[in-house]
Amino acid sequence: MTVVPLDELGLEAGGHLLLAHAVRQLGPGDTITVLGDGLALRVHLQAWCREHGCQLVWDDAAPARVVLGPTVNAELRLAERAGGAANSAAVDRAPAHWGLAARGALIEPGAPPSDFDLDLRDEVWSEAAPRLYAQAAAAQWDPEAAVDWSASFALDTEVEDAVIQVMTYLVENEQAALTVPARFLGRIHPHYRETIQFLAIQAADEARHLEVFSRRANLSGRPLGVSGAGGRASLQTLLAEPDFTLAHFLLSVLGEGTFLNLLDFIEHHAPDPITARIAHLALSDERRHVAFGMAHLTHRVSTETGLRDRLATAIRSRHDALADTAGLNAGVYDALVVLAAGAWTPAAIGEGTRAVEQLQRDMDTGRQRRLRRLGFSDQEAAELSDLHTRNFM
Amino acid sequence: MSGSFLMGAVAYDPKVVTIWEGFRSWLTQEGLDFDFVLYSHYERQVEDLVEGRLDAAWNSPLAWVRAQRLAKASGTEVEALVMRDTDRDLRSVVVVRDDATFADVSELRGATVGTGAVDSPQATLLPISMLRGAGLDPNTDLTVRRFDLGVGLHGDHIGGERDAARALAAGEIDAACMVDANQLLFVREGTLRSGSTRILAATDPYDHCNMTVRAGDEEATRFGHLLKKMSFDDPEVRQLLELEGLRVWEDGRTSGYTALDRAVDEAGFYDEDGGVIAEHYRP
Repeated sequence: MTVVPLDELGLEAGGHLLLAHAVRQLGPGDTITVLGDGLALRVHLQAWCREHGCQLVWDDAAPARVVLGPTVNAELRLAERAGGAANSAAVDRAPAHWGLAARGALIEPGAPPSDFDLDLRDEVWSEAAPRLYAQAAAAQWDPEAAVDWSASFALDTEVEDAVIQVMTYLVENEQAALTVPARFLGRIHPHYRETIQFLAIQAADEARHLEVFSRRANLSGRPLGVSGAGGRASLQTLLAEPDFTLAHFLLSVLGEGTFLNLLDFIEHHAPDPITARIAHLALSDERRHVAFGMAHLTHRVSTETGLRDRLATAIRSRHDALADTAGLNAGVYDALVVLAAGAWTPAAIGEGTRAVEQLQRDMDTGRQRRLRRLGFSDQEAAELSDLHTRNFM
Repeated sequence: MSGSFLMGAVAYDPKVVTIWEGFRSWLTQEGLDFDFVLYSHYERQVEDLVEGRLDAAWNSPLAWVRAQRLAKASGTEVEALVMRDTDRDLRSVVVVRDDATFADVSELRGATVGTGAVDSPQATLLPISMLRGAGLDPNTDLTVRRFDLGVGLHGDHIGGERDAARALAAGEIDAACMVDANQLLFVREGTLRSGSTRILAATDPYDHCNMTVRAGDEEATRFGHLLKKMSFDDPEVRQLLELEGLRVWEDGRTSGYTALDRAVDEAGFYDEDGGVIAEHYRP
């Protein structure tokens, strides 16, 4: 016989918690004796019993007794666990009816199914996601405080225009890098929380990059540069890739991977301290994005035979789709030369040109290294790196 | 479609559409050609049932009382086919502020008592009848302040009871009438502060809604069997049952309406043939 002593506590004042707790330990047909006094308790017990499928035995001379009905605890009997809370306990395929529930939650049946189509663990998983998310959360910087926007410098007009052209180019590339993870965010099953968290913070990173590059572009008040048709066409192919793994291969491993060299180049050749600083800040974020992409791809090539062929095909398809476009517009290439030159003199321009030629070699080396880490042979890595978009991203 | 088994329900809340759309879909799957019509108040629904334009009416207890009287006057009979488990053994309560000096209902003589809408069984007719039974004439011994929200919905609209509870908390009235579950709800939602009110008296248990049909209708019997088959363990069905506020459909019983039948006569709400005679009642 289970006894629930309520003392002076009414059901309306929290007594229902003690009663419900006792009910959860019992089953249909069991009886609970409720100790407490007063008309209100009896009246409220009867209302509570009606709502919870129980019967109240109301005998003024004896303590109230609650007899549990056949439907009692039905919600618990029918409920199921959504895997385990730890990331190692994520299930291989998250069912649609788990919807937005926390991993490890006790799922009450009956809600409409969700439509997250990326519901396979292998499709979206990366062992590194929790660590990279934690690093990202700890490394968020404030664009206002992290950059000395009042730093004074004087540039030749031609050099300032080159910096503005590079910033114009960076903004549209960062926009693409924000849109790709943002699109996947709404498609990934919430069961794979760590991947969602990482992509969300990646999108937030790109939002800050958009801010600082836009702000540098507008600093002098001179008009923005050209947005080349070939560059936008190249970025558009990134947005069009519906496969999570292929999109991350093209964006994070190849595109942002190439950008690591570019941002490092800008930081070290910047003609002014603000440009150097914002390139440095963006570079620290992009390293994480590349690390996530590499970790995901490494996991995928180890679990899906034939994936490397699909990756190679994706590079070739993108190359073919862009074969008739100009890729990086000449204006951006020239602007990088002038930015690196830092002065509008023949000697400086010569230095800048050599620096950009070296940049392209460094980009190629980096891409080949990452491709080899994914298991491509030296020859394949060289061939595929060569097919990468001339727009860098 | 003329061949459908047609049920009437009162649209006291937008969720009524969701509920009966869901029931219709389930009943159709189970092979019953079922359809429903929604009414803006109970009086027309009851008339349509008794006059044969409906096969079943999802009736309030007051609508049941009237259906019985109308049927009897026309030489026919209605039955309470099924009811929700939650329709059984309700009590209405008279609530006062905790610091009030009333020790029992007879001490309410001269007090202002708040009720629900004029046609609410649980918040007006039954508790007022209880006060009559305690020797208080609502016309001369009490000032009855009605909170007339959703007139015609037979108290299904909770607003009148909530307004009475608010008036009690604000000190505008001395006592408020409501159904037991709503007093719990009003404390939980904060309309009444915990510990600030107490129950002065409670009615005997009575029953609430039922599915009313004309006696001897075989298709209605089948409808009743299907409803009773609905299982709380079936997630799809359970959603519908939870929306409608039940776990199990029980057999209809009529023993729980005696007090309301008497209260209707005392209040002069319907005459014995089911005619509406209540003053100020315009659904």
